[in-house]
Amino acid sequence: MKSLAELAAIKEKMQNKVVLREGSSETRVVVGMATCGIAAGARPVLNAFVEEVGAQGLAGNIMVTQTGCIGICQYEPVVEVYEAGKEKITYVKMTPEKAKEVVEKHLKGGKVIDEYTISNV
Amino acid sequence: MKELSLNILDIAKNSVKAGADTVYVTLTETDDTFTMQISDNGCGMKPDFLRTVTDPFSTTRTTRKVGMGIPFLKLAAEQTGGSFSIESKHESDYPGDHGTVTTAVFNKNSIDFTPLGDIVSSVTTLIQGSPDIRWIFSHTSPDNEVSLDTQELKEVLGDVPLDNLEVILWIKGYLEEAYENC
Repeated sequence: MKSLAELAAIKEKMQNKVVLREGSSETRVVVGMATCGIAAGARPVLNAFVEEVGAQGLAGNIMVTQTGCIGICQYEPVVEVYEAGKEKITYVKMTPEKAKEVVEKHLKGGKVIDEYTISNV
Repeated sequence: MKELSLNILDIAKNSVKAGADTVYVTLTETDDTFTMQISDNGCGMKPDFLRTVTDPFSTTRTTRKVGMGIPFLKLAAEQTGGSFSIESKHESDYPGDHGTVTTAVFNKNSIDFTPLGDIVSSVTTLIQGSPDIRWIFSHTSPDNEVSLDTQELKEVLGDVPLDNLEVILWIKGYLEEAYENC
């Protein structure tokens, strides 16, 4: 049974990791979550990013956030990756499977998956 | 929208955009009806705008001249023989008591009733996206009640934000367990 005691334990643990403060993230993953994105399947894509970033141990350096309509509704679900000092990468027509691949190869491995980017549609 | 929980996610985002600091997502079921109500203390809408919100060509978005969120929900409710309403008080007219209440009633027995789907995922997505808002979720049906108030979690968590990954996973697990015990 999930209890508030577990939540208190999470708090204890986090307080020992003050270094990993929010906002210090070098990389931002932004998922379009307006009506167009949601209807096209952005919710499972967002959740895949959140969970996979955690599973790969990247939660301290990568921030996964939501935004409204990016303006290219026909390519939803759209995900933008902002890395300090690099050009923005826009992934289009995303799925949870592609999201996991992006976390592993791009966010962890440093290699952009060109075939999923907007320049390739 | 393939699931009603996606409409809920979509409509609740309007409350976020309206600058609300408290949002109620209330689902109430009887044997025959499913009612969803999203109520916030955001900036509200002026009567002139309120009259046009069910029109797809009315939107606050700046990237397109159409907004489908509310029309989708209205259609989803009305096609089951249910109803839709939206009431709002704009902050300029009601400085101390503003906000919006959106209500959709569905007939569960209609063949056009969209299943609720993954509501746990919608609730966690809302909290992850806007951790500073107080989210008060409740889902009551004849034989069960699931509820979550993020204020209670914040009291335990202190400075740790609600969008912390482990906290989000805890919330997801908590809600899933609550639904399993139905």
